Amino acid sequence: MKILVNSEPHDIDATTLAEALSELGYTGPALATALNGQFVARDQRSIQPLAAGDRIEVLAPMQGG
Amino acid sequence: MKCYGETLSSRLILGSAQYPSPAILQQAIRASGTDLVTVSLRRENAHGSGAGFWDLIRETGVRILPNTAGCHSAREAVTTAQMAREVFGTDWIKLEVIGHADTLQPDIFELVEAARILGAEGFKVFPYTTDDLGVGERLLAAGCEVLMPWGAPIGSGRGLMTPDGLRAMRAHFPGVPLVVDAGIGRPSDAAAAMELGMDAVLLNTAVAKAGDPVQMARAMAMAVEAGRLGHLADPMEPRDMAVPSTPVMGLAELDLAEQR
Repeated sequence: MKILVNSEPHDIDATTLAEALSELGYTGPALATALNGQFVARDQRSIQPLAAGDRIEVLAPMQGG
Repeated sequence: MKCYGETLSSRLILGSAQYPSPAILQQAIRASGTDLVTVSLRRENAHGSGAGFWDLIRETGVRILPNTAGCHSAREAVTTAQMAREVFGTDWIKLEVIGHADTLQPDIFELVEAARILGAEGFKVFPYTTDDLGVGERLLAAGCEVLMPWGAPIGSGRGLMTPDGLRAMRAHFPGVPLVVDAGIGRPSDAAAAMELGMDAVLLNTAVAKAGDPVQMARAMAMAVEAGRLGHLADPMEPRDMAVPSTPVMGLAELDLAEQR
């Protein structure tokens, strides 16, 4: 299934958001996720199904003003 | 200063971006005496290291104020705030909705809308706004208990563009914590903001881009403290004409040579 993660195209076997993160190597402890512009909480990732063309954002702490 | 029922011991809020090195960032945080540091969320790489930066900040023991920097709509800002709350474990959010690419001034319409949504979701919103009194009133009506008017465009270091606007805010919102956010370049700018009766100053570039960020962090802390004390001490009013400070009475007559 083809999806976009942080605007980069990926072809994944995963069917849930949690599986996709694991498959693509997003295993850090401090990650936040959004699916098609909507926040998906950590405990919802394993029950969040994915569909072809989904746009996922994976964000992490960074310097800020 | 009290914000949302929590006491902050320092009136200086410091940004964490653009420092020459992680070590200097940590030293600057400590030198500033701040207990509130702003951070952001950005795209992570697979096998990435965002957690490393987060550990670095946590080592300093300060409270975290995540921002929504770079968001241009209420919708983006709300999603970013929701993501930040989960990662950073705080419901405090510096709400920034940018309205113009050149000036980075806030989009006040989207700002008020985002503040309303986030307030209803239990966020403690610190809105980056202008010195417009009407906007301030709407932000308070949306549930904000702090207002953060800009001093000058973000990163410009130009100081306070409109001191009269800030003075009007102080007069109009007497019990509301006011934080000058953005535009501070030098310690004298920070002191000027505090002399106007602002409750705190939020700055980043002025410290991070100084030749010696650690020394500048300390200078800013002292300036904020000096400005605050100056405000509390009720400064004198300026006068149009000179008035001698040394007593005139009892002045000796010594210019006698020409009177003969």
